[in-house]
Amino acid sequence: MNFDKELDARGLNCPLPILRAKKALAEVASGQVLKILSTDPGSVKDFAAFAKQTGNELLSTAEAGGEFTFFMKKK
Amino acid sequence: MDTKKMAIIATKGTLDWAYPPFILASTAAALGYETQIFFTFYGLQLVRKDLSVLKVSPLGNPGMPMKMPFGPKWFKSINWNMPNAIQSLIPGYENVATALMKQTIANNGVATIPDLRELCQEAEVKFIACQMTVELFGFEHSDFIDGLEYGGAATFFEFAGETDICLFI
Repeated sequence: MNFDKELDARGLNCPLPILRAKKALAEVASGQVLKILSTDPGSVKDFAAFAKQTGNELLSTAEAGGEFTFFMKKK
Repeated sequence: MDTKKMAIIATKGTLDWAYPPFILASTAAALGYETQIFFTFYGLQLVRKDLSVLKVSPLGNPGMPMKMPFGPKWFKSINWNMPNAIQSLIPGYENVATALMKQTIANNGVATIPDLRELCQEAEVKFIACQMTVELFGFEHSDFIDGLEYGGAATFFEFAGETDICLFI
């Protein structure tokens, strides 16, 4: 998937992946896509909840070998 | 849509209990909440310039696992709980427990309290210190970080009365 910015939140725990994502989203334009890497298993539910509450769209969630990849489109 | 609001009263002044208010406030701010924390009684320790005052004590806290943050896996899994009477006799026990806790925090990629507090401030979480307890405990305003407001219960209610979420921690 194409993306405009990447955030490496691997090794970080709650609530840092969300806080970093919020910051990273502020640096892209509306409609642009942020790719997020995380190792926090809690971030799967957290990013879904973050998207629902902020109106940013979670395009996809994937897991491979304990690593999570999210694509989020800025509102 | 109206902006959602959250108010927290932070009353505890230990390293472990410093986490809930700062985690919830920074996350609320990231979710678009207008957020305010009212620091009162021991919670005032969380807005001191010097955060090294924050310690954690396993004494009288049966819920706290006492595990080592280093060594092989079998060693790390041992729970070193000991009787309160013994804990209370060991000089520097809290300092050691605090150092071990800080190491565990770092090992788990959990933010430090100074970092979380700064994230809250960057996200414009409003900090209010209880003026009455500042005086009661003999603090000076110079003991606290910049950007604090000082007020009392009525100040808290002015914002808390309009919130969607209001927590006492």
